[in-house]
Amino acid sequence: MNSPLKRTALACILMFGLLMININYLQAVRAEDLKQDSRDRRNFFARYEVERGLITAGNKVIARSEDTGDREARFKRVYPEGKIYAPVTGFFAPENTSDIERAENDLLDGSSPSLVIRRGIDLFTGKQTKGANVQLTINPKAQEAAYKALGASGKKGALVAIEPKTGAILAMVSIPTYDPNLLAPADKAAVNEAYKKLDANDDKPLVNRAIARTYPPGSTFKVVTMAAYLESDDSLGPQSQVDAPQRLDLPNTTADLPNYGGAACGAGRVTLSFALEKSCNTPFGKIGMDLGYDAMKEQAAKFGIGENLDPLEIPMAVAPSSIGPEEDQAALAQASIGQRSNQMSPLQMAMVAAGIANNGVVMKPYLVNKVTDAEGGEIKTADPEELDTAMSEENAAKLKEMMVNVVNLGTASAAQIPGETVGGKTGTAETAEGQAPHAWFISFAPAENPKVAVALIVESGSAGNDASGGQTAAPIAKSVMEAVLGK
Amino acid sequence: MSAPTVSTPGAEAVPLPAKRRVAQLVMLAFAVLIVMAAYAAVGMGIDQKIPSGMLTYGLGLGGFMLAAYLVLARFAPWADPLILPLVTLINGLGLVMIYRLEVGAGGRGGASATTQLLWTAVGVVVFTVTLIVLRDHRALQRLTYTAGAAGLLLLVSPLLPVLGQEINGARIWIGLAGFTLQPAELAKLALVIFFAGYLVAKRDVLALAGRRLLFIDLPRARDLGPILITWGLSLGVLILQKDLGSSLLIFGTFIAMLYIATQRTSWVLIGILLFVGGAILAGMVFSHVQDRFTVYLNPEDPALYDRVGGSAQLLEGLFGMSQGGILGTGLGQGHPGLIPLAFSDFIFAAIGEELGLTGLMALLMVYGLLVERGLRTSIAARDPFSKLLAGGLSFLLAWQVFIIVGGVTNLIPLTGLVTPFMSQGGSALLANWILIALLVRMSDAARKPPPQAIQDEGLTQVFQR
Repeated sequence: MNSPLKRTALACILMFGLLMININYLQAVRAEDLKQDSRDRRNFFARYEVERGLITAGNKVIARSEDTGDREARFKRVYPEGKIYAPVTGFFAPENTSDIERAENDLLDGSSPSLVIRRGIDLFTGKQTKGANVQLTINPKAQEAAYKALGASGKKGALVAIEPKTGAILAMVSIPTYDPNLLAPADKAAVNEAYKKLDANDDKPLVNRAIARTYPPGSTFKVVTMAAYLESDDSLGPQSQVDAPQRLDLPNTTADLPNYGGAACGAGRVTLSFALEKSCNTPFGKIGMDLGYDAMKEQAAKFGIGENLDPLEIPMAVAPSSIGPEEDQAALAQASIGQRSNQMSPLQMAMVAAGIANNGVVMKPYLVNKVTDAEGGEIKTADPEELDTAMSEENAAKLKEMMVNVVNLGTASAAQIPGETVGGKTGTAETAEGQAPHAWFISFAPAENPKVAVALIVESGSAGNDASGGQTAAPIAKSVMEAVLGK
Repeated sequence: MSAPTVSTPGAEAVPLPAKRRVAQLVMLAFAVLIVMAAYAAVGMGIDQKIPSGMLTYGLGLGGFMLAAYLVLARFAPWADPLILPLVTLINGLGLVMIYRLEVGAGGRGGASATTQLLWTAVGVVVFTVTLIVLRDHRALQRLTYTAGAAGLLLLVSPLLPVLGQEINGARIWIGLAGFTLQPAELAKLALVIFFAGYLVAKRDVLALAGRRLLFIDLPRARDLGPILITWGLSLGVLILQKDLGSSLLIFGTFIAMLYIATQRTSWVLIGILLFVGGAILAGMVFSHVQDRFTVYLNPEDPALYDRVGGSAQLLEGLFGMSQGGILGTGLGQGHPGLIPLAFSDFIFAAIGEELGLTGLMALLMVYGLLVERGLRTSIAARDPFSKLLAGGLSFLLAWQVFIIVGGVTNLIPLTGLVTPFMSQGGSALLANWILIALLVRMSDAARKPPPQAIQDEGLTQVFQR
């Protein structure tokens, strides 16, 4: 009977061989697909198995992971500052993430290739791998001042503050916002419910207005038009004269471009500085038409504006700003004063203000200052990068001077800070018929050694006259600048 | 150390198998050590501390195995030294996994390491009792028909009113004094004994009678009786108890033993034909058989996943093994609790999740070795009944591992069976420990030096054992 027994043994070897080949195929090859399956709740639990790194701003912890001791969902994300930092931290929900939590996810959860050495050490020392800590450029004082001041307006809006010399984002606020703690529990059903509610809210609290939305910039855009004008002819200066008719005839249309409320602007011919101080529309409409679409677009691009440019990542993607498509001269005139199809994100306008303040050099904005592993070892540090040179140093100085005049002599007196030279520009952007216009303000301080540039919008925040951007928005910018300057 | 040799006049010195008792003890200790280390790993993985039960469970297992070893050393000293350590390792790892699942589920979900440890104790007791009582396994040959009747009775007992119980859609349980037993586990042992005895008696006629058609020897039509009866029996199990696994197990083992007994390939072909016919028939008549097949072909289909009794369990197991990958998540650090019945039918998937491909390969090697030792016993055995019984039991073990592991890993359609020595369940543990006792008993007989004729000065021969 030995020969059939040997063949039976062969059959057994075959069976075990098949089993072994199959598990190799299953766990090494097929696993790659199966691991991605959303029905596998392990993927859900995995999110809570790692102690995610901290997100900090200055010396403030704005996101940390708390050990709940739960077997299945051990670490819970906690946002001690809640709403104030929500547009920055974003949220970490069972099936979704946003903002920094999303953009820096692989560092925060420790899965990034740059943490491979750390993970290797942890493997041998038996330590549980922790995620890397992300330190933001946000200045807590500025962020809190911005949240408080913008919130006090009772309106929707957004604010971005930038350090002009580096591009570091010092504050980023969007209102209304949400409490990321609501989306943190490891409870899919409850979180999905909470998310749905927030998403369905007409005020769109989940949208980060500072980077994800664009608005017509109104008169704040006149600084870009002015920059283009100054760059077109080096002999121009704050005291150069321009035509300032009460109404600017728009070619090939029956309409005219009036000044705000149809008011006169000086005596028909004014200095450039005066035109900016009083925010006259007609001179800038004319300058735009004279320079032409291409010159305007080129200047805008040097500030980082343009739907065709590489999209900005701070590291979150920023909605591209644009001066609008090329149309007729009438449209160009309107775009030159920040209306028509001209659409800017608050971050973009902060870059404009910062670029002017930084002698014409626009720095790439960024939000992450430093990433360190759980033991404090440095993984990466921000390296400020120039985005472009928007204007020559001389021309930037001229524009700065005019913007300082706007604050000292013009529409933005509310932004004055005693002892500091503040430059700024108000804006009032017409929106839909029957809705109050948006109030804008961009500014920087101190002019001689800029430490902060701010752009903010208060949606439908204008009471009706052009100074209202100044009245509503300028004090908010002022409080943020003061916070940064330590006033 | 050289093996003791016995010189036979006129022949070369034949090496005798060594007893290797020390080696066996060392391997046994090693197996227990691995199991204790695994306990510790579970505790570290879950609570970051050595579990308090480690010593209880470890020493408990170690104590049982030492007892088993001592009985074996006394009553079956020539037995294969590998069998007991291999079984200890598998049984121990099963205990660890059940413990891990119990702790992970916070005591809910049906996994109970204490119960399993108790059944392990009972299994070891039965093992030793079998070794002590059954001094000569050939006694079983005289019980051929008794075993057959007992096997049949055990098999149909769940169908009896009052006694039988239906759990999870399969009527394979009987309730006795508060316990539930799966008599099919014992039935399969009794049936293998019956098959062995019956085939030894009838092998000549089954092997030789018949005519040659083309290139295969076909048996006579009237000799088809036994195979048809077994086929009918398997179909009966399938139809009446909805137990696909046992049905396949019994029929496959019978075919293998028939082949071993007769050396006739045609029996295997006939067996396969009957199996295919039965499977098609069952697939046409029973929706649950067909479901298993569609699930097998496409477990990831969302429609099948959502259906009650669909692919959810299989897919959960596949998810677990996928997340485990090559090295596994580590004991206590995965989520095997997500796999339904991870402590019984799907324990292989649970191990695959936490110990990874590496662990599963090692585990399959251990099973493979165990089967190999059984088959080696069969080849070394001196009488046809032992050969057939040892071969049948070894194949039974291999075949069972193939059916359940293949099912869980999506190699073949899934049919419920326990993973021998690992899955939680007393009846199976008991039956498998008896199976091992029989193998040990037979390997002792096979390896024991035969009575030697000692040449005296005269012509007198003295037999010495």
